[in-house]
Amino acid sequence: MAEIRIENLRHSYSANPQSDEDFALKRLSITWQDGGAYALLGPSGCGKTTLLNLISGLLTPTEGKILFDGKDVSNASPEERNIAQVFQFPVIYDTMTVYDNLAFPLRNRGVPEGEIKIRVAEIADMLELTKTLHKRASGLTADGKQKISLGRGLVRPDVNVIMFDEPLTVIDPHLKWQLRSKLKELHLRTKRTMIYVTHDQTEALTFADQVVVMNLGEVVQAGTPIELFERPQHTFVGHFIGSPGMNVLPCEVRGGKAVFAGMPVDVANIQSAGNRGRMEIGVRPEFVSIARAGISADVVRVADAGRYRIVETRSHGHTIKLLLKEGEEVPQSTTFLAFDPSHTQIYEDGWIAGAHR
Amino acid sequence: MNKTLNNKAWWLVLPVFLMVAFNALLPLMTVVNYSIQETFGNNEFFWSGTTWFEQILHDGEFHASLKRQLIFTGLILLIEVPLGLVIALCMPRNGPWVSVCLVLVALPLLVPWNVVGSMWNIMALPDIGLLGKGINALGITFNYTRQPISAWFTVVLMDVWHWTSLVVLLCYAGLVAIPDAYYQAAKVDGARPWAVFRYIQLPRLKHVLTIAILLRFMDSFMIYTEVIVLTGGGPGSTTKFLSIDLVQKALGGFDLGPAAAFSIVYFLIILFLSWLFYTLMMREEAK
Repeated sequence: MAEIRIENLRHSYSANPQSDEDFALKRLSITWQDGGAYALLGPSGCGKTTLLNLISGLLTPTEGKILFDGKDVSNASPEERNIAQVFQFPVIYDTMTVYDNLAFPLRNRGVPEGEIKIRVAEIADMLELTKTLHKRASGLTADGKQKISLGRGLVRPDVNVIMFDEPLTVIDPHLKWQLRSKLKELHLRTKRTMIYVTHDQTEALTFADQVVVMNLGEVVQAGTPIELFERPQHTFVGHFIGSPGMNVLPCEVRGGKAVFAGMPVDVANIQSAGNRGRMEIGVRPEFVSIARAGISADVVRVADAGRYRIVETRSHGHTIKLLLKEGEEVPQSTTFLAFDPSHTQIYEDGWIAGAHR
Repeated sequence: MNKTLNNKAWWLVLPVFLMVAFNALLPLMTVVNYSIQETFGNNEFFWSGTTWFEQILHDGEFHASLKRQLIFTGLILLIEVPLGLVIALCMPRNGPWVSVCLVLVALPLLVPWNVVGSMWNIMALPDIGLLGKGINALGITFNYTRQPISAWFTVVLMDVWHWTSLVVLLCYAGLVAIPDAYYQAAKVDGARPWAVFRYIQLPRLKHVLTIAILLRFMDSFMIYTEVIVLTGGGPGSTTKFLSIDLVQKALGGFDLGPAAAFSIVYFLIILFLSWLFYTLMMREEAK
């Protein structure tokens, strides 16, 4: 087990990258504590799998360093780094039994057979694979196979980190939930550092203590699920996390106030706003409410999402969404909206005003 | 609802039926026809029952060529399959060399069979051929028109040169189809190259290897052109394989009855052995 520190890491798949465009991963520094549960969240092609493969050693970085407990492992092989990785599609050795599959990483490292037996039995018990231990692995269902991949990661008692690359992609929806809670439980039991890559916010937010949101090869924000929800550092995080995503409205700053469509709006971070570049107000639908006066808007559409309703309104050419609890009255046609000042932020060129970049 | 009976659609099957008939059934039936009757020409036939079959099955010459055939096929399978697999494993997976390698490997497959025979015939000549002269220069007496060993060596070498490529191409296709995640998982699990081969590559190549073995078995069991051009079945009859024996009986001796019985037995042997190979190699799957 180890603390993972990444310093100024960059990676490009082309041999001699010229511009920033050539980099799949653009300069990244981050530290992950030993024993934490982390998620890498971002849309497809944002560089999260690249980052994962760099940490596991399947790729060698173009620039920068990766340190495990202060030791530079940037050029070490996956075996030397002593990590485990679970892939998107379950990888099993299909001529072997489940037992042999689980024993494989230990046998490759010359662990005595007696010890292997104890370890495999323990892991099989954790993953509820004991009954199938002596069956051929190829006969198992997708979730069973994914459990074997996971088991091969857990079976070594000394791995530095276990990494998951969208491990639930091929799992049936009703089993996804089960496997996800299993993962969480395993993390609590084994206290291994785990890094979970996904593009699904629910998976990331339920699994991780800390979520790293990536976009276009950069880390946009790293924080707890609550931080990501309440104070998105970038409008992208606001859009990407939450359902529906954050409302982003163009505004200008006049006399120390944010002004949207001629109406002053109270925002939490107004003192940091510099009125340079593209100014925007960001407010989540959860913090928009119907008021007697304020910003005028027309109700366009109402969608029922069970416990609450999503109301889509149109105000001065912009869409503003808000949530109404069950039982609350949906306003007819024209109404007024109010934003909760403590949860309304101002953004400059996409980034939250006052953020140190 | 009354079902409309319209059997006119059967006419649409007719072209296929005719093609199969002219391709396979009718020629085969002529052979069956000859194998159970006796003819002296003039289109006169006399019933002879199983006489020809009995004669062939007790024929020493047939036994000898069958034995030679089995040894030959066994030898080339033992050489070509592992060799093809090793070459495929050594070929690059990506980069500009892929196409170069593929073209080079495929070249022997594009050479007409009688040309292959002539090429090796000239190449192995002890006085002017590169191979023949070279071996003699090493101090080993080599003459494929006189020594059975030299003849066998040349025939086997020729077949390996001509057909290993097929195994290489099939194995290469199989190897390329293995997803990267398998190799990555093996790296993470600390697997040595041998373990990667044994537990990832070999199991995933099973199907292409089955096809490769079946194709090489059938083709080598029916080998004719290359050998007849190279050695003509000699020296003596030491490289006389089944097909050569058959042609000698049918055309040389004009023994149409025994030759027809020979053909059918030959066909059944290939059919049986192919079935056997396939069942043995696919046995695991059924479990």
